[in-house]
Amino acid sequence: MTNSISEVVDNDVIFVIGTNTTENHPVIGTQIKRAKAKGAKLIVAEPRRIELAEEADVFLQIKPGSNIALLNGMLNYIIENDLHDKEYIAERTENFEELKESVKSYTLERVAEICDVDKDDIAKAARMYAESDRAGIYYAMGITQHRTGTHNVIATSNLALACGNIGREFTGVNPLRGQNNVQGACDMGGLPADYSGYQKVFNEDVAQKFEKAWGVENLPREGGLTIPDMLDAIGDGSLRFLYIMGENPMVSDPDINHVKHALESIDFLVVQDIFLTETAELADVVLPAASFAEKDGTFTNTERRVQRVRKAIEPVGDSKPDWVILMEIMRRLGYDKFYKDPSKIMEEIASVTPQYGGISYERLENGGLQWPCPTKDHPGTKYLHKEKIARGKGLFHPVEHIGSAETKDEEYPFILTTGRILYHYHTRSMTGREEGLNKIAPSSFIEINKCTADKLGFKDGETIKVSSRRGSVDVVVKVTDIIDEDVVFMPFHYACGAANYLTGAALDPISKIPEYKVSAVKLEKVG
Amino acid sequence: MVKIEINDVTYDVPEDFTVLQACEQAGIDIPTLCNDDRLVAHAACRMCLVEVEGMRNLMTACSLKVSDGMKVKTHTPKVIEARRSVLDLLMSNHPNDCLTCEKSGECKLQDYCYEYGVERGSFVGERRDLPPDESNEFYDYDRNKCILCGRCVRVCEELQCTHALTIDNRGFGALADTPFRAGRAESTCVSCGNCVAVCPVGALLPKREKRIRAWDTKKVKTTCTYCGVGCQLELITHKGKVIGSKPVEQGEPNHGLLCVKGSYATDFINHEERLKTPLIRRNGVLEEASWNAAFDLIVSKIKETKEKYGSNSLGGFTSARCTNEDNYLFQKLFRAVIGTNNVDHCARL
Amino acid sequence: MRYVTLTIDGKKAVVPASYTILQAAEEVGIEIPALCYDPDLEIVGACRLCLVEIEGNPKLHTSCSMAVTDGMVVHTESEKVVHARKMVLQLLLDNHPNDCLTCQKAGECLLQKYAYMYDVKFREHDGAYKPEYTDTSSPYILKDEAKCILCHKCVRICEQVADRQVLTFANRGFETKVAFDADMSIEESSCVSCNRCVTICPVGALLDKRLMGKTRIWDGEVTEFKCKSCEYGCDFEVLSKNGKNVAVRAKSPGEGRPLCLKGRLTSEFLNLDDPETPYIKEDGKFIEASWEKALEIEGILDKLDKMDSKDAEQC
Repeated sequence: MTNSISEVVDNDVIFVIGTNTTENHPVIGTQIKRAKAKGAKLIVAEPRRIELAEEADVFLQIKPGSNIALLNGMLNYIIENDLHDKEYIAERTENFEELKESVKSYTLERVAEICDVDKDDIAKAARMYAESDRAGIYYAMGITQHRTGTHNVIATSNLALACGNIGREFTGVNPLRGQNNVQGACDMGGLPADYSGYQKVFNEDVAQKFEKAWGVENLPREGGLTIPDMLDAIGDGSLRFLYIMGENPMVSDPDINHVKHALESIDFLVVQDIFLTETAELADVVLPAASFAEKDGTFTNTERRVQRVRKAIEPVGDSKPDWVILMEIMRRLGYDKFYKDPSKIMEEIASVTPQYGGISYERLENGGLQWPCPTKDHPGTKYLHKEKIARGKGLFHPVEHIGSAETKDEEYPFILTTGRILYHYHTRSMTGREEGLNKIAPSSFIEINKCTADKLGFKDGETIKVSSRRGSVDVVVKVTDIIDEDVVFMPFHYACGAANYLTGAALDPISKIPEYKVSAVKLEKVG
Repeated sequence: MVKIEINDVTYDVPEDFTVLQACEQAGIDIPTLCNDDRLVAHAACRMCLVEVEGMRNLMTACSLKVSDGMKVKTHTPKVIEARRSVLDLLMSNHPNDCLTCEKSGECKLQDYCYEYGVERGSFVGERRDLPPDESNEFYDYDRNKCILCGRCVRVCEELQCTHALTIDNRGFGALADTPFRAGRAESTCVSCGNCVAVCPVGALLPKREKRIRAWDTKKVKTTCTYCGVGCQLELITHKGKVIGSKPVEQGEPNHGLLCVKGSYATDFINHEERLKTPLIRRNGVLEEASWNAAFDLIVSKIKETKEKYGSNSLGGFTSARCTNEDNYLFQKLFRAVIGTNNVDHCARL
Repeated sequence: MRYVTLTIDGKKAVVPASYTILQAAEEVGIEIPALCYDPDLEIVGACRLCLVEIEGNPKLHTSCSMAVTDGMVVHTESEKVVHARKMVLQLLLDNHPNDCLTCQKAGECLLQKYAYMYDVKFREHDGAYKPEYTDTSSPYILKDEAKCILCHKCVRICEQVADRQVLTFANRGFETKVAFDADMSIEESSCVSCNRCVTICPVGALLDKRLMGKTRIWDGEVTEFKCKSCEYGCDFEVLSKNGKNVAVRAKSPGEGRPLCLKGRLTSEFLNLDDPETPYIKEDGKFIEASWEKALEIEGILDKLDKMDSKDAEQC
């Protein structure tokens, strides 16, 4: 998030796009509702009529995969009606003219047709967003999990920049991150081309800095493989050894049949987890890890706030904290660096990571710190780009609507979109072991519009077969009116009837994010 | 800033303060059952009554704004008598069962009765006698213990914005409940547990597998392990096991709120299916093994693969579920020790 | 030493032949509830809460007094045992004030602990109750007769110190009670306010009066320390609330020491932010005293004063 969670309640306009906030980030959901109760205007753009849509001033029930069209359309309307922030654009951005040209073709009429929404609603939303001084955009995987994911994000940022909504309090472009420490895993260099702090592996100065800090030579200068690339590399025999720590791609990754094939065929697979997950079952060695309750450490939340994780109980059984396991493997491989406890690792992180430079356990004792926090006396950063945009000037980068890789056709006449529900988390290895949650949300389901269900003769609660070009699953029908007649929705949490047997049509070529949100499927009666 | 005199000492306080806030700042403890800094002052419980010079009646400190020159007395005999009456009235319609009540030790009513020496309710008359609402999967509502402070209703309304609760009926019949007392399961309740977290008495309590007294538990402040909001919570432990959680009362980013997962999904931690020992696949079957054997095998495979096929034939998925320190060491292992940048995680999932 | 092997709740225990069942159970991690048992006191088998079932034995037996035998099979939580315990607890509660709301002992009371464990509650009945009598004559000890469960622990711990032996039983049957000397008030009696009896009372019948109303166990922190009054170092606790040390209490006597008032007052003086006025007994009356007098350091202070003024003159 460019801005902070605490700013949400003081927004005048909240633009929610591609996030079902009340279910996926419930506590931020409450803040959006509170802002609304205080008088803020709420714009919601989503393929489903989610809870927030019920309270929205404008609800745009867009088609999956039409985000760029909508955002460009709003931008075009704003520019045509002279609602953009000219002073801000002149002072703090560049390339506006090119952007202006590029969005010209996104007329309300054209966009209304692509998104399948009322053009007056688009105009209303655009005006509402542009006329406010305190307008924040909030998005999640509904924006990113498309083959145009990166461009979708750029489109939100173009809109925000044009209205002067970056670098000020109560505004911003705010991705809501799905997992407890997905921000931290990225910050720490859990990416193929980045050391901690997004320092690039191919940057010579950076590489030399890390060689010195770590006391090693010849750190690789070329970027590594992403997860989808690694899975492909197993297929062609170039990847022989895979170490999976705390992930369950056998449920969470697209096209599970492909994942399964890869993990079954690799030479050697290590899985480190707290449960024998679907992925761990395929491993050659399984290492028992301690859960978050059994170790010290830090998580970084969606607003860049680094917060302490504290050990409450001893590790269960013979399990060990992940960092202890990793330290031991390094030692046995001849790299003998001993950390007494995680605070010592944080000291090293702070010494090599500019954004974390001022972070220490001592300071975190009294509450979290938001990075960038470069020095010991820096108070942390509530919102980014305050004095100026980080790269100097905010760059408008024109992006075009190209649609999704798959569209509905005669054979696969429905668009499947996937997501989360309130009562489960990710692949359910944790929430699936909570009796109460399982009673409320026991199994996978597919949301189908009532008209569609009637037409196909499906009853609520009936098990049907859902198929895509990659696989098929049996799943229970949930008849609803919150979704369009040609769109269906499935949660991805469940290993049984897993939505991800169906997904995986395409990847974003830039971020390598899978297009989970759009797959063409067909629906059939079972047997 | 305004000047206000509390118990004969003058303090400078911001002009938008309530008398209660002024007292807090001055380190004077004013009892209250219904106040919550995050909520609109409610002045329902009457415990925070204070004497203000020039005012005929005792005033509720939670709802009275300070004004320049105001003179407040917080513990005069009149005030103490009033507070005792409030507690006496409450106890006269409250089960006297601290012996076995699950809230005992964390109950504000019990603590104030101790502090003010109110041993029992002295008013004889009708007592509320209603069945409990046990329809929620995660918590129970003992209607007979409700003291009508309204915190549950207001948290649900003002902060959680779920509007599942209301003060139903009026007068002696009044009760914090779901509309028409249809029960939690029939309401819009999303089981966030935020009402349970603020209940000052034993009316709203989490369902627990095992009954454990509050004073036998420990609490450890930590960060929630579910979504990216990073809510601050306390894990409640007993004899080395996690038995529940509750929100940290104040502070970023959640200000005392949690969702159903943060409040109630801690059973996995001590679940019997947790992996407790390393496993090694032998003849196609995963069998229990020692750490030493597991480490040896992994290390020899890393060396062998690297030698035969080069560093880039190894790769790792690090984890958005693990700590920063875990992630940092994971990428360091691959980059510095194995010598490949094949490190990624499920940021995109 | 001879060892015997027995089975307790399915667990095998190998213990010295001199052990009781209760000790053997402890050895294998099984807690048997007991109100009158204490490892440092003579065994009386009075409270009947530690009853267990022994296979082949029709009666329940008190595990605190029954010695182990080879091959013995014991059940500590069988239906029969639980039923008996519930009955014992119910009878105790029937003659005990429903007072946990404000009782100083709440949170540390064994009766409360076991009633909670076995889910036994107070009930209305029209039988007799003990007369409500509280002895408030001492500034250090409060005796609440209505709360006494007649476990004998106080009498037995007082008896252990030859020159004290203040506490005893008075009367018989329903009227039985714990008395100070010949049923005197605490003030009049020969009680030296060492609080040994208070440290061991399982309920709220004997309380540390200087603690009352200040804090309960869940309100704040409890920190153990050793008394510095003499080299034996009896165990004391300092109780703090909201970051302030509000009370000191005796926990248990040190090796070879009986606990004493002087030690307690020294500990209060050294540890409390705001120590209360001390009292000492003179001619059977508690009188307010200066700290110098209470800690018996008047002579020392006088001498120090004199030496100080001498030093000053010499300078």
